[in-house]
Amino acid sequence: MPQSPGASLRNAVIVGGNRTPFVKSGGAYAAASNQDMLTAAIDGLVARFGLAGQKVDEVVAGAVLKHTRDFNLTRESVLGSALDPHTPAVDLQQACGTGLEAVIYAANKIRLGQATTAIAGGVDSASDAPIVVKEGLRRALLKASYARKPLDRVKAFTAVRPADLAPVPPAVVEPRTGLSMGESQAQTTAKWGITRQAQDELALASHRNLARAWDSGFFDDLVTPYLKVAKDKILRPETTIEALGKLRPVFGGQDGTMTAGNSTALTDGAAVVLLAEESYAREHHWPVLARVVDAQVAASDYVTGNEDLLLAGARAIPELLERNGLGLDDFTYIEIHEAFASTVLATLAALEQNGTGTVDRAKLNVHGSSLAAGHPFAATGGRIVATLAKMLAEKGAGSKGLISICAAGGMAVTAILEAV
Amino acid sequence: MSILESILTSPLGKKVTAKAGLAEPPVLRRGRVPAAGPVALASLPGGGIAADVLGHLGVETVEPLLDVADNRTPDEKGRPQPPRYTTRPGALVVDATGLREIPQLELIRQVLRPVMKGLEKSGRVIFLATEAEFVDGLEAKAVAQSIDGIMRTVGKELRGGATANLVLVGPDTRASDLASTLSFLLEGRSAFVSGQVWRVGPAKGDHDGSVSDRPFEGRIVVVTGAARGIGTSIAQTFHRDGAALVVVDVPAAGDALAKVANELRGSALQLDITAPDAGARIAAHVARVHGPDARIHAMVHNAGITRDKMLANLDEKLWASVLDVNLAAEMRINEVLLDHGQPGALASDGRIIGIASTSGWAGNKGQTNYAASKAGVMGLVWAMRDELADSQVTTNGVAPGFIETDMTAAIPYVQREVFRRTNSLSQGGSPVDVAETIAYLCDPASGGVDGQVIRVCGQNLIGR
Repeated sequence: MPQSPGASLRNAVIVGGNRTPFVKSGGAYAAASNQDMLTAAIDGLVARFGLAGQKVDEVVAGAVLKHTRDFNLTRESVLGSALDPHTPAVDLQQACGTGLEAVIYAANKIRLGQATTAIAGGVDSASDAPIVVKEGLRRALLKASYARKPLDRVKAFTAVRPADLAPVPPAVVEPRTGLSMGESQAQTTAKWGITRQAQDELALASHRNLARAWDSGFFDDLVTPYLKVAKDKILRPETTIEALGKLRPVFGGQDGTMTAGNSTALTDGAAVVLLAEESYAREHHWPVLARVVDAQVAASDYVTGNEDLLLAGARAIPELLERNGLGLDDFTYIEIHEAFASTVLATLAALEQNGTGTVDRAKLNVHGSSLAAGHPFAATGGRIVATLAKMLAEKGAGSKGLISICAAGGMAVTAILEAV
Repeated sequence: MSILESILTSPLGKKVTAKAGLAEPPVLRRGRVPAAGPVALASLPGGGIAADVLGHLGVETVEPLLDVADNRTPDEKGRPQPPRYTTRPGALVVDATGLREIPQLELIRQVLRPVMKGLEKSGRVIFLATEAEFVDGLEAKAVAQSIDGIMRTVGKELRGGATANLVLVGPDTRASDLASTLSFLLEGRSAFVSGQVWRVGPAKGDHDGSVSDRPFEGRIVVVTGAARGIGTSIAQTFHRDGAALVVVDVPAAGDALAKVANELRGSALQLDITAPDAGARIAAHVARVHGPDARIHAMVHNAGITRDKMLANLDEKLWASVLDVNLAAEMRINEVLLDHGQPGALASDGRIIGIASTSGWAGNKGQTNYAASKAGVMGLVWAMRDELADSQVTTNGVAPGFIETDMTAAIPYVQREVFRRTNSLSQGGSPVDVAETIAYLCDPASGGVDGQVIRVCGQNLIGR
């Protein structure tokens, strides 16, 4: 059996997590900044573990939609939190893979002995997204700021055309194809023949699963209310296959199968997890939920149109499994981020096609995923890692979980957790 | 704030209300602040323990002035006046533990008369007496009850934020057993406790009775309902006194709870206390944050709800929810935490606190369910004293009267003003007054206080 490359390293374990409830952009958190939300998520975690005034070796987090003023988002959030100000922090960004990549970064440092405790996660606000000015106005502003004489400053603006004054709204568009995430996925959906019915069923399962987890109190120690919101607001526990079936397609034209019901909504929220070296966690009586076993990223050649934008998971997973001598059947739970229902379904189909194997749907997103919870881009990784780690711990030592999160730029971040 | 309230609390409005007999209430001395003036000690025949307690506390005392004929001086109209203190005393301690005969009550009158108008602001009159059940003979038993009546009346006659209380001293009680109680009564901590009677006996456990400003150093205190109001104040008070806090509240109040926990360098537990495994989850949280060997020093059951409805409109749902949160949950949690061997359980010399209410004492229109639950808490406290007689654990309760909180701020102004004024201190209490009383009951030096319910009501006219 091939030896895991990390066998001689220390163990990095997930000990807990915390997130804000997730809400639709423009909703209850519309006035909150990324820094506000990340600080709240950190403070909730700090309170749960009684870490106020204590130093954590490193905090790593990021956001996808980021203001220039947030150049040190995570450090500023730490300084605004109850943590010891001696806690260093780093911003990291890998589109929707940010949260999981942050966990991998922290776990790697812990495994190498460069840190013993860490907080990892992410935040995103599509409500507080930076509004960009058009190129003509940007050039004029730049020129004016360099001008020495007042008259030159005024002259700089004479080149500005009325059209330049309109702000450029933020959009989730791939720079190299000009296609929105949804339109790219619509191509994938059509190419893989994913039906409307299959997508709606997956969406329904997501809502049902997440609702059941909430009702059972599963999130009582994983979520801290924020701005008077105590529960995920996108979640529709009462939705039905009929209701989902009535929604009009929003991507892929009139014959499209992707609707607001089987695509994730723009979401605001933050999520973080607490990691520690295993023996340190045990000495401090922290719950050792799951070990971070290994991780793999991959990217697809989507620009040429030969491959799909959001299916790089189907490239990363086989590599990850092979290195660890595992098959899909070895996992108790599998978490595939639901950017769109069809992304999950196409990833499953691609894994079958490339010979990796078949995912048992009963193991998939058992406590719901992004379709029901929402998807604040960089926060999704932290949500999934904390949820999966707790599920694995409840299942018992040795149970394994697989995570796959697709990201813009044709990337995917995958990881294996194992209860210890 | 209502228009009426704005007018009446304006400078002009205050003059009007003062004319109408609603003077600005006195500002009470609060916190771990002793009286400024001297402590007069009246050690009456057969007594002596009060002198020992005050000696134990290092409090210097002065002789009280006696209102006897020889000490009186005539005023300008020639009427005899009682002797006057040159420096206003901060407190008068009356040790009446040895009084058994009716004529001896005159000795109490003699020491009281000079202080009734002679105490400093927020002064104290503290009586120590022996409970009727522990004295022999009809006259002695009657006299014991007379002292109770004297104290309650003194509380009502005193002005300037002064209070009166009676401590019943049980058999075999040592000075060290009473130290925390007298320290509490003398300091500003007891600001809103007046007209109350409670028992102190020989302390459970082996604490030496020494008092400190940080009695909870190295001790864990759990407070439920801590995200706001009185619960937050309780947590803050224990934090001031050195405790490591575990604050508990429902998941929906988690953000406010996290703030409280982080400010106090404690930890937060989002928990619905009515969950069947609530006790186990509290213990597990304590063991997780403080280690499996850690034990809870004090469990403060502060969480409570109201679902007010006149009985004519009260259904089984509103009935059950109040009784479950305010009473049944507390019992279930205690049962689990009293298994001292379990990691994160209550210490074998721990403290349990229940919160009763004036509504529990006296009943209150529209609050049958609440009164049932709060009277139930008192019954529980009394019963646990017997149940845990062989244990070192003490169980006590506090019954808040009108306390200024967000909850009482919602009461209409006139009604609120009436509630505020109908007590001997002519004002509402502050959440910290409840918190201070709880902290006193939980003090490691308070092992002699067990099965008591102390009202924090400024001697409210309602109820006994």
